[in-house]
Amino acid sequence: MEGKEAMISLILSTATRYLLPLLLLFSIFVLLRGHNEPGGGFVGGLVASAALALYSIAYGVAAARRMLRIDPRALIGVGLLIAIGSGLLSMARGLPFLTGLWVERELPLLGKVGTPMLFDVGVFLVVIGVVLTIIFALSEE
Amino acid sequence: MNLILGLVLTFLLAALAPRLHALLKETSGWVFAMWPLAWTIVIGSLAQQVIEGDSVYIRYPWMSQLGVNLSLYVDGLSLLFALLISGIGALVLIYSGSYLKRHRYLGRFYLFILLFMGSMLGLVLSGNLISMFVFWELTSLSSYFLIGFDHEREEARRAALQAMVVTGMGGLALLAGLLLLGQAGGTLEIAALLKQGETLRTSPHYLPALALIVIGAFTKSAQVPFHFWLPNAMEAPTPVSAYLHSATMVKAGIYLLARLSPVLGGTAAWQLMVAGGGLVTMVLGAIMALGPSDLKRILAYSTVSTLGTLTFLIGLGTPLAAKAAMALLLAHAMYKGALFLVAGAVDHEIGIRDVRRLGGLGQFMPVTATAAGMAALSMAGLPPSIGFISKELLYEAQLHALHSPTLLAGTGVLASGLLVAVAGIVGLRPFFGHPIHRKRHLHEPPLSLWLGPLLLGGAGIALAIVPEIAASPLISTAVSAVLGKPTVVELRLWHGPNPSLALSALTVIAGAGFYAAQPFLLDIAARAHLKEWMARWGPQRGYERMLQGLNALATAQTRLLQSGFLRFYLMIIVLTTIALVGSTIIIPEPLSRWLSRIVDARPYELIIVVLMGVATLMAVLTSSRLAAVAALGIVGYGVALLYMLFGAPDLAMTQFAVETLTVILLVLVVYRLPRFTRLSGRSARLRDTALALAAGGMMTALMLMVLSAPLKSRLAPFFAANSLTLAKGRNVVNVILVDFRALDTLGEITVLAVAAIGVYALLKLRTE
Repeated sequence: MEGKEAMISLILSTATRYLLPLLLLFSIFVLLRGHNEPGGGFVGGLVASAALALYSIAYGVAAARRMLRIDPRALIGVGLLIAIGSGLLSMARGLPFLTGLWVERELPLLGKVGTPMLFDVGVFLVVIGVVLTIIFALSEE
Repeated sequence: MNLILGLVLTFLLAALAPRLHALLKETSGWVFAMWPLAWTIVIGSLAQQVIEGDSVYIRYPWMSQLGVNLSLYVDGLSLLFALLISGIGALVLIYSGSYLKRHRYLGRFYLFILLFMGSMLGLVLSGNLISMFVFWELTSLSSYFLIGFDHEREEARRAALQAMVVTGMGGLALLAGLLLLGQAGGTLEIAALLKQGETLRTSPHYLPALALIVIGAFTKSAQVPFHFWLPNAMEAPTPVSAYLHSATMVKAGIYLLARLSPVLGGTAAWQLMVAGGGLVTMVLGAIMALGPSDLKRILAYSTVSTLGTLTFLIGLGTPLAAKAAMALLLAHAMYKGALFLVAGAVDHEIGIRDVRRLGGLGQFMPVTATAAGMAALSMAGLPPSIGFISKELLYEAQLHALHSPTLLAGTGVLASGLLVAVAGIVGLRPFFGHPIHRKRHLHEPPLSLWLGPLLLGGAGIALAIVPEIAASPLISTAVSAVLGKPTVVELRLWHGPNPSLALSALTVIAGAGFYAAQPFLLDIAARAHLKEWMARWGPQRGYERMLQGLNALATAQTRLLQSGFLRFYLMIIVLTTIALVGSTIIIPEPLSRWLSRIVDARPYELIIVVLMGVATLMAVLTSSRLAAVAALGIVGYGVALLYMLFGAPDLAMTQFAVETLTVILLVLVVYRLPRFTRLSGRSARLRDTALALAAGGMMTALMLMVLSAPLKSRLAPFFAANSLTLAKGRNVVNVILVDFRALDTLGEITVLAVAAIGVYALLKLRTE
C-alpha cells in the first residue's frame, strides 16, 4: 500500500492516533490480568497486533515499521527466547524445565510475579511478531 | 559414576579434537592416544574386582518412568571388549597421526574416531538395552563418517552409505527386538533381564524378539547375506579398517549375541539361526577371501569368516564353545588388527596394496615384516600363538558338539585351512620371496607406523606363551559372563596329542595345498563365471535392487500425491480425513436423540445459530469477495458469542480478536485478487460440493457423538482444584496454558513462529 498515501482517510488516521495508545495499553492490561481474569498473552498479543495493523492501514506499512522500531521477525525470536528462558530458570534450581517459580512478596500494580508470567510475555511477543510479520509482508506485496 | 564421566569426557574430547589438533600438529596422534591409554588403565583397575566375580553396576536415571536409564554394567564380557577397544584404540591413534600426516582433514578424523571410541565403549559398558542401542547406532554413524572420510571419492561415499543403510536397517530390527525383549521381561535393565532366562524363553514374544535381534547382530557383524558392506568399507583409511572393521565395531553383533545368550540361547531356534548363520558365513567368508588381490579386501573377507566362526560358537552355546569364542575374539583382534596396520604401512611406503605386485619387502622393512610374521602365525593358528590355542579350542568345541560333530569339524578344518592360505598370502608373500621393488628407494616406516602392529603381533605370541598372566583370567571371566555361571578356563599351548592336534596338523597341510592351488582355483572360478553370477544374483545386487525399488516407490507416490496444484492437495487432505475419521465413527444412537438436544437450546442461542447458517450460505453463494469475507466474519463472531453464552470468556475474547485479524488479512489478500470468475466447470463444482458436504457432515456427526458421550475427565476437576494452590492463578484456562501445559504452549508458539517464517518466505523469496 506504499505509494498510495493519497488514500489515507482523515477520520481513520485521526481516530487511530487516539486508539493506538489505548489499545496497546489495553493489550498489556489483558496480558497482565490473564492469570486471574479472562485474558493472557495470546489474546493480549492479538489485541496489540490488531492495533498495529490498524496503524499500518491508516498510515502505511513503512510508517508502522518506523513506529515499531524493532523488526517483527526479531520479535518472534525474542518472544521464543523469553518463553524458553522462563523455563530454564527453574532448571537452574534443579527443578524440571518450565516449573513455575514465584516471587514471595506481591509487587505493587503487578501483584504476584513469577516465571509463568514471563512465559506469557514470551507468548505475547511471539503472537505480535507472527501476526505483524504476515500482515506487513502481505501489505508490502 | 566415574565411568559415565569418562564417556562424557570422551565425547567432549571428540568435539574439541579438530581444535586441539590444530594446536598440537605433528604430535597430535601421540597426545590423543593418552586418552584411550587412560581408559585402558581405568578398565584394567576394574579387572581385579570383576575377575573376582563382582560385576560393576552403575545407574544414572534418564527416563526412569519408561525404564530407560543410562546404566553401566561391567562384567567379564564387557571387560574384555572394553580392554580391546581402549588398548587397540591407543595404538590406532598413534598410527593414524603418522598415517594421515598432513592430511587436510586429520583433525576431523580424530573427531570421528574418538566419537566412535566413546560410542563403542558405551555400547559394551551399557547396562540398559536402550542406552546400549543408542550407542550401537552411534557406532554406525561414526563408521559412516569414517568410511566416507575421503568424501571426494565417489566409491568412498557409496560404501559409507551402503554400510549405513545395511547396519541401519539391522538397527531398526534390533530396536524392535530389544523392545519386545523388554516387554517380555518387564525391564530394560540387562542385569535384571539376565536372571529371567526361563520366563523369556517361554514368552510368546521370544521368537519374534530373537529373530529381530539376530538380524540386528548379523548386519552389524557382517554375516552372510549381509556381509557385502564390510569389504566395501575398506574404502576407509586403513587404521579405521584395523580398528572398526576388524577389531571392534564389527564384533558388536557378537557382543550382543554373547551378552544375551544366557537368556535367549540354548533353544533350537537359537541354534538354527545363530549357529547355522555363523557356520555358513565362516565357510563362505573363507572361500571368498581367496578371490581378491587387494590386501585389505582379502583381510576383510577373512574377517567375515572369523566373525562367522564367532557367531557359530556363540550359537553352539556349550561351555567349550564359549571358551573357544572368547579366545578367538582376543586372538583375532590382535592378529587382524596387526595385519591391517601392516597393510597400511606397506601401502603408505610404496603405495601398492595388490598382493600380486608385492614381494621381498622383508629386507627393506624388517620390523614390519616381523610384526606381519607374528600376526600371520596367529592367524594361521600355528604355535606358539594365541591363534593356535583358539583354533584348538574351536576344534574341541566342534568335536564335542551334540549334533553332527564330524561335519562341524570338517567345515572347521576347511575354513581354517583356507585362512592358513590367506595368512600366507597377506602375511608372508609380500615380505619374503624375491623382491619386486628393487629399483625404488625403500625403507622401514617410522616408529608410529610399526609400533602398533609389532605390539599387537607380539601380544598374540606373548599371551600364548604365558597365558596365566592375562589371557586365562580375562577369558575365564568373559566365559563366565557368556555362560551365566562362574567358570574357570586355563589356556595351555600344549594339550598333549589329541584329536584337535591332529586336526590342526591336517589344517596346515590343507592350508599349504590351498596356498599352492590358489591361482588354479581362481582360474576355475573365472571359467565358471562366478564373478558375473555373483554380480547378477549376489546379495549386493539385492541391496541395489532394494534401493532402486525404494526410489521407484517414492517417485510413484510423489507423482500420485504431489500434483503441484493447491486444490488437489486440499482435496487429498480432506478426503483422507473423511476416510480415516469417518471410518471410525460408529453411530451409537438414533439421530433423533441427538436432535432432541437441539430442542433444549434457548431461543437466543437458536437465533445466533440461524444467523450463522444464513451467513455461511451467503459466503458460499455470493460472487463478491468482500461480501464473502464479511459473511465469514459473521460466522466467526457468532461462534464467539456462543462461547460467551456458555461461559468461556477467554475463548470468546480470543475468537473475537482472531476474527478481526482474519478479516484484515483477507481484505489485504482480496485487495489484489483478480475479478471474481467461475473457472471450474459444472462437474468439478458438483464434486467439490459433495466433498464439502461430506466433510462438514462428518465433523457434525463427530461433534455430536463426542458430546453425547458422558464426559468423565479427571483432568478438569484437577485443574480447577489446583489452579490457585499450585499455580497461584484463578483463571484456569490461562494457568493451563502457561503453567500446567506450558510445554505444549511452547510447542505451539514454536509452530507459529515456523509458520510465520514459511509465509514470509513464500511471499518474499519468490524466484523472480
